[in-house]
Amino acid sequence: MIKIQQEMFDIGAELAALSAGRTDIGAIASFVGLVRAHGDEPITAMTLEHYPGMTEKKLGEIEAEARARWPLQATLIVHRYGRMLPGEPIVLVATASAHRAAALESCAFLIDWLKTQAPFWKLEETAAASRWVEARGADDEAAARWRR
Amino acid sequence: MRILYFAWLRAKTGTASEEVSPPPEVTTVGALMEWLAAGRPGFAEALAAPGVVRAAVNRDYAQPADPVREGDEVAFFPPVTGG
Repeated sequence: MIKIQQEMFDIGAELAALSAGRTDIGAIASFVGLVRAHGDEPITAMTLEHYPGMTEKKLGEIEAEARARWPLQATLIVHRYGRMLPGEPIVLVATASAHRAAALESCAFLIDWLKTQAPFWKLEETAAASRWVEARGADDEAAARWRR
Repeated sequence: MRILYFAWLRAKTGTASEEVSPPPEVTTVGALMEWLAAGRPGFAEALAAPGVVRAAVNRDYAQPADPVREGDEVAFFPPVTGG
């Protein structure tokens, strides 16, 4: 399941919904990305822009790839866009499987690929100015380790 | 052909989207970038570094050599920073 939304999400409620009413799931793995105030100039807000139409398409492709590679009962990606504050969640990735290896690995895969494939762009605000975040080589390397 | 600009490309060009009709000899993403940049300083600055600017054609990532056709949706943006 893919949810792209401006609204805040409830991490606990989203995870509980994954296995609600089911008894075939033995493991749920999850990742939450948060807005962090960091550095010499703490950021005061972050705005995420995205490409409506392509965002849904790419996240759907990433999810389908995970389901093809691992035996998964459920997957969930919730990704916010718009303006958000330090401490707020940006993204939730969760995967459910019978056993933990598939859940943990596929969760890591999803966030690593999302970081290099999903068409979002972050604008950081500080007290002084706003600047577009630059993509990191470390993200490309993390995604590359899943290449087959 | 519909052209979309995201993030700092939108800021530099002052344009979020535009409808264009390039001449028939513009058949690739790279040629389209050159044609869009010609005579428009903000666009030239935004599209100047093909190594940095990324593209999508009909919502799939595309390389400079990939084809573009009438009716396509082409987007230009920086490397993504989601997640």
